[in-house]
Amino acid sequence: MSCVEEMKYNLYLERTSFKEARKYIEENSDEVFYVSPGYKIFGDYYLIGVPPIAMGARGKELVFTYVKPCHGTFVMGIEAEEEIRRLREEDLKRPKDKSDKISQTAVTSAASYRELWKK
Amino acid sequence: MKSGDRALLMMGCPEVPVQMAAAIYLSLRLEKAGADVTVAGTDAALKLLKMTDPEGHYIKNTIELDRCIADIVEKKTDYDCCFAFMHNDAGVTYAATMSAISGARMYAVIFGRNAEAVAELVDFPAEKIVAKAVHNPIPLKNKIDRVMG
Repeated sequence: MSCVEEMKYNLYLERTSFKEARKYIEENSDEVFYVSPGYKIFGDYYLIGVPPIAMGARGKELVFTYVKPCHGTFVMGIEAEEEIRRLREEDLKRPKDKSDKISQTAVTSAASYRELWKK
Repeated sequence: MKSGDRALLMMGCPEVPVQMAAAIYLSLRLEKAGADVTVAGTDAALKLLKMTDPEGHYIKNTIELDRCIADIVEKKTDYDCCFAFMHNDAGVTYAATMSAISGARMYAVIFGRNAEAVAELVDFPAEKIVAKAVHNPIPLKNKIDRVMG
């Protein structure tokens, strides 16, 4: 059992699919970060998930997925300002709306590719 | 499969009976092919395994599932191939994790009543071994035999 289960947590979704859990985090967080499977939080928990794994910040709370082989995916929230700060520092945020910088870059790249193809 | 390859059998939730039979059968096949086999599973799955094979005739090495993932992430170990057993969404999620963190060739061993639907969830690179098997392990055994040659 991970230390996560021994911490004070809020449970937002339980026994759901990983896809539904990701959607919940994306739609219900102030900020969304994306990490790879195996990303470590709380010192000893390595995130299980289908990449990219969404993690949310909602106020002081880190909202994340917790997967159990027999019970499916849970969405948990734990107050963790340090973990949120680390996600911000590691620049793992992928902007959600089209006005964001990364989305703009992606659109630009696609346009450039089309231009290249025409040539 | 080459002699000396390190093979990981990653068991999911042990609620579907065919998983245990398939894991022991596959372990024996891999051992006979010269592989060094480790079985990862939940606490319950490993207890079932150890009670089924108390003297370790078929299963030599076991590791708790989350410990196994931690060891691979921390680069303490890795495997040449991984057979990930799955019959539900969580099993697919664990297998996707293994696919992302490990350099192992992936085999998705998919069974249970909804085997075909579960197989559609597997979108990472893996050879799929799919059989709609719950109590009768023979359809799954036949699929494993086809892959093992």
